[in-house]
Amino acid sequence: MKKLVYTFATLLTALSLSAQSPEARGLEIAKAADAYDQGFGSSKTTLTMILTNKQGQESTRYMSNQTLELTEDGDKSLIVFDSPRDVKGTATLTFTHKEGSDDQWLYLPALKRVKRISSDNKSGPFMGSEFAYEDLSSQEVEKYSYKFLKEENINGVDTYVVERDPVDPKSGYARQVVWYNKENYRLEKMDFYDRKNALLKTLTYGNYEVYKEKHWRAGEMNMVNHQTGKKTKLLFEDYVFDLGFTDNDFSQNSLRRASR
Amino acid sequence: MKSGSNTNWWRRRFSTGLLLFLLSPALLQAQDKKEKEGVYQEFSGYVGFDYRYFFSDGLYPDQKNSFPSLVLQPEYLYEWNNGNDRLKFIGFGRLDRDSRRTHFDIRELYYQKVSGNWEVSLGLKKIFWGVTESAHLVDIINQTDFVESFDGEEKLGQPMAQFSYTSGIGTFDLFYLPYFRKRVFPGSRGRLRTPFIIGSSDVAFESVAEETRPSFAARWSTFTGPFDIGVSHFHGTGREPFFRTTPNGEFELFYGVIDQTGLDIQATTGSILWKLETIVRKSDFQDMWALAAGIEYTFYNINDKGLDIGIVAEYLHDDRGVLSFSSLDNDIFSGARFAFNDTQSTEFLIGGIFDLEKSTTLWSVEGSRRFGNSWKGEIEMRLFNNVDPTEFLNVVREDSFLQFSINKYF
Repeated sequence: MKKLVYTFATLLTALSLSAQSPEARGLEIAKAADAYDQGFGSSKTTLTMILTNKQGQESTRYMSNQTLELTEDGDKSLIVFDSPRDVKGTATLTFTHKEGSDDQWLYLPALKRVKRISSDNKSGPFMGSEFAYEDLSSQEVEKYSYKFLKEENINGVDTYVVERDPVDPKSGYARQVVWYNKENYRLEKMDFYDRKNALLKTLTYGNYEVYKEKHWRAGEMNMVNHQTGKKTKLLFEDYVFDLGFTDNDFSQNSLRRASR
Repeated sequence: MKSGSNTNWWRRRFSTGLLLFLLSPALLQAQDKKEKEGVYQEFSGYVGFDYRYFFSDGLYPDQKNSFPSLVLQPEYLYEWNNGNDRLKFIGFGRLDRDSRRTHFDIRELYYQKVSGNWEVSLGLKKIFWGVTESAHLVDIINQTDFVESFDGEEKLGQPMAQFSYTSGIGTFDLFYLPYFRKRVFPGSRGRLRTPFIIGSSDVAFESVAEETRPSFAARWSTFTGPFDIGVSHFHGTGREPFFRTTPNGEFELFYGVIDQTGLDIQATTGSILWKLETIVRKSDFQDMWALAAGIEYTFYNINDKGLDIGIVAEYLHDDRGVLSFSSLDNDIFSGARFAFNDTQSTEFLIGGIFDLEKSTTLWSVEGSRRFGNSWKGEIEMRLFNNVDPTEFLNVVREDSFLQFSINKYF
């Protein structure tokens, strides 16, 4: 009898698990990934961006990024360009919002001008690269709807494969397919489908390092555009956490100063 | 004879400049940037060669048509105490056929101290206020570098003590401006000038203290939702001169003491930016108000090819009418910016200013493209069409030009 109850209970659990819709399971994974990285506080890193065209010619850009984690609303971030030298000191300040459009300011060092800019430009290329603006903005859970696809082992890593559709109609994508590492929810790979639902780009993550015991940061991101043959590699170096940033470090005066 | 010796003098300066131009990247690249123990220093800047060609002969004797020119802008930054203390220098120099356009300036040389939500700056600095593209009414701290830019976009370094405080209700800026800098106008060979040459002595001040009369300014700026708002006030010697006739019948420039209150608002709603700038200026000899208002709309990533096209339309009003220095008394500015967002950051900007009552139209075309990682080529064209004889701009009606530039950044 006891055995029968146990079997029944197991069956019920299995049923309830399978009864969970793919949408609910996808959202659950996205939330778990978001929760896993919560509490990083603030971070700073330098970026090297290597653009490769169809002919294999490379050009390199340098920039730095600092981020302040906010839980009630989206994160704040400040990006400063160091090269190409003609745009040195150009900087952007972004206040991400979980709902609605982000607030964004651009600092133009030659004019000493801070200009509020539209954050509608989601799909356009970032600095002539294969990364769109939306690929690099803060990945808030609320910005997508989700659907769990399958579990898969890629390159020896067990992953959840989740499809996510951007909520924003201005997104350049019909959908994205994301491979989450089952162990620590870090991203291993992402496929981007254009608005005609054709495979546009694949992003792979590498050289992961763990900071503060649980915050995984990729040292390398490789974006390949399947339609044009162009590539962009992003290298992240010198990650620093716990800088004690506050809102004061993400003000318009900070934007001007960060330009140095 | 005089003209000949001038040419030789100019050639000597030009060749010295050319040598500096060729050497400076090598000299400056030798200095590497460093960051250690909260200390950071960096050399940067650019050197450039411009060639400006005026399509028609000038209206006045001595004026030339072609102007090769060399530019150098060295920059140095020294930060310590993790960036809470910094020293910033930006120099500027140009060698040109026009003796007045040959000029050197310290754009910035200041010490800045930062602590939490306040900062203090002491020294020469450049400050920009405002939101519109075709006129900068609210922007008043720095004198315009008129020989460098006819459109007023370039500024001279302004000596100041600045205190800035950021709070939950916005940013408060206070300025003490102890010294006034006169606007410099082109020399006899130069274009884009008045019939008479305005020398540095052809100037009168309302204040007996002249350049040493201090000015004061304050600004409050904030943002809430889609709105960015700034309110500012300036008291002191106005940066914009008047032309007036002396009792002997000679022209002179007059700088009066003014009170100017400015308001600038931008609303950012989706792809549309709504902009407004307005000023009220009061003085013992003239009261005025002016307004610039318009929209900027950008079509992003057209056909997924990365091309952005931004459309700007602005209305400009100045109640001084034809007496206004800018001639923007009742005009419409309309422009389009094409940004290809390619690896070379190719961009074009085409714009026109159309007077609503008179025939005057001004056209400008600007383009730029990067070559390699640190070279940039630029073109600029300005056309003056059907300038109305009653407008101030009439004195430069023959000064349409085309310019090519090549700059090396380091």
